[in-house]
Amino acid sequence: MTAHEDAPRPALLLAAGAVSLLVLLPLAVTAFNAASIGWGRAVMLLWRPLVGELLVNTLLLIACVTGLCAVIGTAAAWLMERMDVPGRRVWAPLMVVPLSIPSFISSYAWLSMSSAFATFGGALLVVTIAYYPLVYLPVAAALREMDPALEETARTLGLSPCAIFWRVVLPQLRPALLGGMLLVAANTLVEFGAFALLRFRTFTTAIYALYRTGFSGAEPALLAMVLVLLCIACLAAEQLVRGTARYGRLARGARRSAARYPLGRWRHVALPGLVLFALISTGVPLGVIGFWLTRANSAANTVAGGAWTDLLLSLWSSVGLGLEGAVLTLLLALPLALLAARHHGWAVALVERCAYLGQSVPGIVVALALISLTVHHLHPLYQSRLSLLFAYAILFLPVALVSVRAALSQAQQRLEEAGRTLGLNGFAVLWRITLPLTAAGLGAAAAMVFIGVSTELTATLLLAPIGTHTLATQIWADTSTIAFAAAAPYAAATALLSMSASWLLAQRFGASRVEA
Amino acid sequence: MKSRFLLAAAAGVVVLASGPAFAQSVPLTVYSAQHPQVDAMLAAEFTKETGIKVLLHEGEGPDIANQLIQEGADSPADVFFTENSPELNLLDEKGLLAPVATATLALVPAKYSAADGNWLGLLARENVLAYNPAKLNDAELPVSLLDFAKPQWKGKIGVAPSDGDFLPLVSAMTKLHGTEATLAWLKGLKDNAKIYDDDEGVAAAVAHGDVASGLINNYYWYRLRTELGASKIDSKLYHFRNGDVGGLVNVSGAAVLKSSKNQAEAQKFLAFLAGPKAQELLGKSEIDFEYPLRPGIAPNAQLTPFSELQPPAIAPSDLGDDQEAGQLLQQAGLI
Repeated sequence: MTAHEDAPRPALLLAAGAVSLLVLLPLAVTAFNAASIGWGRAVMLLWRPLVGELLVNTLLLIACVTGLCAVIGTAAAWLMERMDVPGRRVWAPLMVVPLSIPSFISSYAWLSMSSAFATFGGALLVVTIAYYPLVYLPVAAALREMDPALEETARTLGLSPCAIFWRVVLPQLRPALLGGMLLVAANTLVEFGAFALLRFRTFTTAIYALYRTGFSGAEPALLAMVLVLLCIACLAAEQLVRGTARYGRLARGARRSAARYPLGRWRHVALPGLVLFALISTGVPLGVIGFWLTRANSAANTVAGGAWTDLLLSLWSSVGLGLEGAVLTLLLALPLALLAARHHGWAVALVERCAYLGQSVPGIVVALALISLTVHHLHPLYQSRLSLLFAYAILFLPVALVSVRAALSQAQQRLEEAGRTLGLNGFAVLWRITLPLTAAGLGAAAAMVFIGVSTELTATLLLAPIGTHTLATQIWADTSTIAFAAAAPYAAATALLSMSASWLLAQRFGASRVEA
Repeated sequence: MKSRFLLAAAAGVVVLASGPAFAQSVPLTVYSAQHPQVDAMLAAEFTKETGIKVLLHEGEGPDIANQLIQEGADSPADVFFTENSPELNLLDEKGLLAPVATATLALVPAKYSAADGNWLGLLARENVLAYNPAKLNDAELPVSLLDFAKPQWKGKIGVAPSDGDFLPLVSAMTKLHGTEATLAWLKGLKDNAKIYDDDEGVAAAVAHGDVASGLINNYYWYRLRTELGASKIDSKLYHFRNGDVGGLVNVSGAAVLKSSKNQAEAQKFLAFLAGPKAQELLGKSEIDFEYPLRPGIAPNAQLTPFSELQPPAIAPSDLGDDQEAGQLLQQAGLI
């Protein structure tokens, strides 16, 4: 038993409740703004060919992206976990590297090579590469944890490796695969930077277009509500898949790892395929950035002088915002995670669900909601660093929550109870026992939030205090005005920051944490 | 005695350290819809000349104008520097602008600034058609902007309705041809056009052959050519003639916000923008490609001479405030 049967302390419930209300705030503001328009005009605005086009564009892309991610992610996981691919130790980490390259960086790279990538195909390519690890990681984990006995039985009954995959392995992968695909779909729905740079029109870019044309309040909010509903549908489906379907092993005891199948003559396809894939997913983005770096002085549209100080200042504000964002997000996640890990009941479930609902509100919607709230009603917070940090906390709370909650569930409660019987008060128990026990989980959560915040584009673009430029907003400013060479140092710094932080995260906290 | 000497020395060090460049420590907040690279260049020069630091907030003209209206009297902005006159007209109608100093207004021809003197015209730009000769014969080029609503242009024209530069074109058309004709034109355009997010996207798409032609402001083509290299761009520019609405000349202008607490510094910034140094920088630079409006300053040599353009006769201050244009775009389903 990990959960207390007794009711949570009122203070904890209150704190957690307040955090989930904060998370829901942008959603509430958006709904309120959308409702202010009245039915007649709302129907007129929603029942337009444009909205239909956006729906078709968005859904078609999502269908293609999730399909491709499923095939590539599963194939890669199968190769890495079940085939005797030479050099697996090198290949396996390479498979996950794209996750640490922000998608607007890779779209910058492809776009700067040729504007031919500013099409459906380009958007499909960039987003597939950015998000296929969301399928690869859970499927690879599922393959590792699968009971090898089933496959062995199938083999002794005379099935070929191919038949074993389709009839024995794939059905067992379904929860991981579907869950991963839905995550890909949800991420594609809320993606903004990559699509805006590639000039691919989806709901997020249409909302931004309305905002740019001078509309604020009702019109963008109405489109945002359509987008939010699509996101909620995705996440609800993901919860459903994750909640019900599960293949367990009946046998207890030590786990054997499954036998690997020999590649055989597939070797001649698999190896070049892996090389090609690594080139496309990692080699091209990094290579193109490198190319533009060498042209930094010769290309036009680059303001000479002060380049280094500007770069360092942007790096400094990205890192600073990342650190502050991580601290605030963790502080807000703690009461929620404590409540969810230690208590049961409808109130606890409600509060936790609310926090996850925040995941369905895209960055651009959060940002516009916070602007409309602060400019009129909370003016001291308007254009303040704090309101930007709150936007980050709202956006990245779900990421932190998963990890913090898992760490708290693993911490032995008997130690806390021992502390309490020895006379420590609640705060002292938290400070001296719980936090040290969960340090690894908290560290992982903080690192993930840091990576997310320090490379965040959308909310930063709209909410950053005047005079604050981050690496991401500089890349945006230069790339959207086709000054590719000027953007290169910032793109390189962003990729370096994100990849080194991800590497540290994987080194210190283990691969399993990164998957969460 | 010794300690007093040390104190004086310390005070001297502090005064020296703060230096003339930092004497005026109140930074000037500029909301700008100009290209970020242009802003950075001008801000650096202004700080070098005056010691006044500049804080920049950047965005698209219409969204910043809307933001300034939302912020009202609480706005932190001192100066609004934008690419099109309708946004300035809008703020002027809302009573948010302070009069520009008369001496500054006198630096550019009066027809390019606000009739009431509340904003200052600084640079001019021409609306053009970029086209790809491999996809479009010179014989097929249009006589008028209105032609693009005709069926023969289906799939052959690219536009960026959400770019701040498109709204003034719509405003000009309502001015010259009326609301009904404009809406009909927009609906025809909706059927025919490939839609992009901004003029940069249109310029790139035409150069690459993704679409045969596209409506842009001229400088996007020059900026793209500079970035790609002159030999590597496959598109050309076509100028609308005989006062056709398609050849509209847009004016980049600036204004001081009435709510600004730094009126003197803000006026100084406007005078700087119309001054010889800034106008020369803008004319010479390979990043702006607009026509400086201060008399006697040469524009970038690559540009068609300003006197050869044949724009419609609409003064920038008569172009309206884009509000109707935005509604029309929405009605036509373009945004």
